[in-house]
Amino acid sequence: MASQSQIYAGAFADPVFAAQSVFRDLMEGFARPGAIKQLSAKSTPPAPLGAAAGAVALTLCDHDTPVWLTPSLGKSGVPQWIAFHTGAAVTASKTEARFAFVEKSAAFPGFDQFSLGTQEYPDRSTTLVIEVEALTGGRALTAKGPGIKDETEVAVKGLPEVFLEFWTANRAIFPRGVDLVLTAGEELLCLPRTTRLSLKEA
Amino acid sequence: MNDLATYNFAYLDEQTKRMIRRAILKAIAIPGYQVPFASREMPMPYGWGTGGVQVTASILGPEDVLKVIDQGADDTTNAVSIRAFFQKVANVAVTTRTKEATIIQTRHRIPEEKLSEGQTLVYQVPIPEPLRFLEPRETETRKMHALEEYGLMHVKLYEDIARNGHIATTYAYPVKVEGRYVMDPSPTPKFDNPKMHMSEALQLFGAGREKRIYAVPPYTDVVSLDFDDHPFEIQSFDKPCALCGAEDVYLDEVILDDKGGRMFVCSDTDHCEDRRACGHAGHMLARKEAAE
Repeated sequence: MASQSQIYAGAFADPVFAAQSVFRDLMEGFARPGAIKQLSAKSTPPAPLGAAAGAVALTLCDHDTPVWLTPSLGKSGVPQWIAFHTGAAVTASKTEARFAFVEKSAAFPGFDQFSLGTQEYPDRSTTLVIEVEALTGGRALTAKGPGIKDETEVAVKGLPEVFLEFWTANRAIFPRGVDLVLTAGEELLCLPRTTRLSLKEA
Repeated sequence: MNDLATYNFAYLDEQTKRMIRRAILKAIAIPGYQVPFASREMPMPYGWGTGGVQVTASILGPEDVLKVIDQGADDTTNAVSIRAFFQKVANVAVTTRTKEATIIQTRHRIPEEKLSEGQTLVYQVPIPEPLRFLEPRETETRKMHALEEYGLMHVKLYEDIARNGHIATTYAYPVKVEGRYVMDPSPTPKFDNPKMHMSEALQLFGAGREKRIYAVPPYTDVVSLDFDDHPFEIQSFDKPCALCGAEDVYLDEVILDDKGGRMFVCSDTDHCEDRRACGHAGHMLARKEAAE
């Protein structure tokens, strides 16, 4: 179990302005998929949740947003930390979750196991926050879609091989689908469901 | 210090901001789709831009520079009062210059000057549903969007042609976003529709009374609906602006007397002032030299 001090500490020092600045990074990130944003607002959630992932939780989660956690996050101090600082409930149901958090190098379920929204209300889908090894230096993928002028390169390091397959299936069911926030330390990169990824031809 | 109640930064409470912020992120992820949100009562009546104000309040930070326009003008009642509102509740820097603004809240115009990356345009929207006047039931219009069933909208444009010989819709001209959702660009003149296509700036739309938020990310396809034999056309004006001589801009008609006198001037006041400062002059501009 996490110590009490770990649970009560580590939120934003200045919640109003920190949440605003993290939100603007997220908004810019979703508006320009593939752009890497260095967060200026600091949070220190209990391990193994990353700093940027913690900041996303503090910015967007509250009592209206059930949160799904991987088994190892569930066993850490993270559920209590999220409960204390945001008021969000942890749910075991992937389809009920508005947000899902995955720590570094953890296996994550297929995107279609989460809520994908409905054809009438595609906005009612889960946003996944996945911690990766690094946002650069991985296998180069070409990204195209709204928010991207012509095309851009995404080279996230530490995603499983099956990721591209998951993402292509997610793109195919548009307007339904999950949205992704990939985090590494204090950086994040957003992939809305509209972004098309393909292997970069050498 | 006064004894009045103090507000949270930018008026809205944090829980409301989070709810609106989540809606904005989903709106950006599904371009043109209307995300329902729990619109709050604001200290101004519906129809005065409560949707736009809530969106602006949720994204605004201390570093931002805000510009507010009403029909292109910085100096009309709606623009002045919303600008004063944010100065009061967020102590934010304001400007009338399009170039300097990071957030531009607008009622029914897109500035003439090309917007750039890093700028966000926030529209005040009265009726977000483009199909509403064709089908009053929300359950039905939602299904029509789900099934991508937009035939009715083409019938409406066709009826324009059958009655008038051309598409007579001049404002709130429907567009298709990224080949999927038909969207109401808010009651901007159709003159502004081409500016939405592949815009470098992020465009957010807030409808307070109807409780909807939608968005067009930068570099997104925005196509005005039309027919092969009746292609989409924007308005054109016979004369240039009477004050700055600008052509290819949207002009407002100003009545001068009761004998039929009138002039046409730029609707975008900042653009017009900028041009005059650069030495451009229209035929009705009072010249300093002439007065001397």
